Amino acid sequence: MSESEPADDSTGLPIVGTWPRVYLLVVLAFIVWVVALVILERTYS
Amino acid sequence: MNALDYAVLLSTMLGIAAFGIWRTRGRRDLSGYLKGAGNTKWFVIGLSVMATQASAVTFLSTPGQGYQDGLGFVQNYFGAPFALIVISMFFLPIYRRLNVYTAYEFLGRRFDKKTRLLGAALFLLQRGIGAGITIYAPAIVLSAVFSWRLDLTILLSGLVVIVYTVAGGSDAVTLTQKYQLGVIFAGMLAAFCVLLAKLPPWLSFSDALTVAGGMHKLNAVDFSVSLKPRYTFWSGLIGGTFLALSYFGTDQSQVQRYVSGASLRDSRLGLMFNAMCKIPMQLSILLLGVMLFVFYQIQPPPIVFNESAWKGQLQHDADHHLQALQGQFMEIQAQKQQLVRAWLKAKHTAAEAPARDKVLAAGAAAEKLHEDAKQAIGGKANEADYVFITFILKYLPHGLIGLLVAAFFAAALSSKAAELNALASTTTVDFYRHVIHRQASDAHYVVASKCFTVFWGLVALSFALFANMVENLIQAANIVGSVFYGVPLALFLVAFFIPFVGGDEVFFSAILSQALVIFLYFRLNISYLWYNLIGCAVCVLLSIVLRLLFGGRNSSSQALSTSI
Repeated sequence: MSESEPADDSTGLPIVGTWPRVYLLVVLAFIVWVVALVILERTYS
Repeated sequence: MNALDYAVLLSTMLGIAAFGIWRTRGRRDLSGYLKGAGNTKWFVIGLSVMATQASAVTFLSTPGQGYQDGLGFVQNYFGAPFALIVISMFFLPIYRRLNVYTAYEFLGRRFDKKTRLLGAALFLLQRGIGAGITIYAPAIVLSAVFSWRLDLTILLSGLVVIVYTVAGGSDAVTLTQKYQLGVIFAGMLAAFCVLLAKLPPWLSFSDALTVAGGMHKLNAVDFSVSLKPRYTFWSGLIGGTFLALSYFGTDQSQVQRYVSGASLRDSRLGLMFNAMCKIPMQLSILLLGVMLFVFYQIQPPPIVFNESAWKGQLQHDADHHLQALQGQFMEIQAQKQQLVRAWLKAKHTAAEAPARDKVLAAGAAAEKLHEDAKQAIGGKANEADYVFITFILKYLPHGLIGLLVAAFFAAALSSKAAELNALASTTTVDFYRHVIHRQASDAHYVVASKCFTVFWGLVALSFALFANMVENLIQAANIVGSVFYGVPLALFLVAFFIPFVGGDEVFFSAILSQALVIFLYFRLNISYLWYNLIGCAVCVLLSIVLRLLFGGRNSSSQALSTSI
């Protein structure tokens, strides 16, 4: 945690190995939640 | 609550606090005390960020919100994932590269000393005023339900949090939050399982969803562009992003949690953990509330959930008006179980719609009586606050009741500890070390920081103890929070994204914008949430205008902004 800390682009995670991919995953998860909620509402209304 | 519940409650709360103190004993340097040892892993950071935001009111009131209004409140959190992405991309790398103790230190390096102090002062004012609320709000509910003395409830929870925050600093806060969140989730999960087990055998989970959906409790997403509904997809996405950006990106109580990561990767993953979990977490709590609603279609609920207030009113019910209300309410509730059963039997047939309409009509009649009863008791706390705790006390086994009450206290302590830690850090680093006493040893600043933690803890306790003198205290604190939240966000947005604006322009813009927001607050009749947006937008635009009008470059801020 210093001024020389490298701007590490690797997440060390499988499949989502870079930060842009992690951000994309978060956005996709958000879309999935919204779609799931709409389906839930329409199924049971 | 019986002896077993008290044993579970006290051992859980005191055990976690004692463990936090023991594990973090001997921290002597300022960095270790205020930022932690710098070895916090992403999962712990994620939990800490989550625990800081989720106060006791979140777990007490959100199920009640689901009970009353359904899942729609989840839209409030739609902006959080996007705000956390922006913070992870832009805010966090800079905070870590500059190795700051507080977010406001960054303002000092990007602009100048006066802008840093302004940002820190706005934080202290806003957070300091709200400091008592995180203790007071759950205490008033729990003391009413359990007939505990309000002052003792406040004092006990307040003193525990002060002791372990003073003793262990930032690491103790982070460490205890991990276990406190464990207690909270264990308690909520247990309550959910008991609730489902209490549903009658003829009502499956799918049937429960049919009842909830038919009674408009599953309407989670509203795509309308009208500004009138309180929660819509668009207000959640746009307004929610703005609010979450302000809270997670510039509020020291949050910044302090995630800058303590072992690496940039750990801090980022901690934030992304929250970006992924925030919506499902809130949805689960709201769904618990919706299931409570279904449960109370089968089992008669009390006419009002604040039963101690209701019983108090009944004693003065000379003309038996309230007793008559209660009688009518119970009569309708008794019919409801049969009506719901008839509805489910008619599922997928032509008789379904009329059967459902009968349940809706009975629900509307019961709601009318409930509203009349609510008017009769008045009361400071929202009725929604009492829904979940009433269920816990009536239907959960002993031991589990103690665990759930411990969960509420854990939530109160975890957010309070983070607030105290942040208030003390800001006072020590941005004011005491930067302005008053510049050349002292680390040990001196650690002692000063502990003193400021005690100071802010006592401020919070005093505020909570005398809070009942102000009727609309919680709303007043929210208003103050919103009035003072927009301008600090503007300071950071200009710092990050508008490199040609210098310290003088942004400082005077912030002063003028804050004055304008306060003026507008007394002149306009709009929802206080809008003041966040007004304060931020005016400050950003005004700083650009001032820059264009008066020109001139602040070389130090320019040098830093280009390096950022």
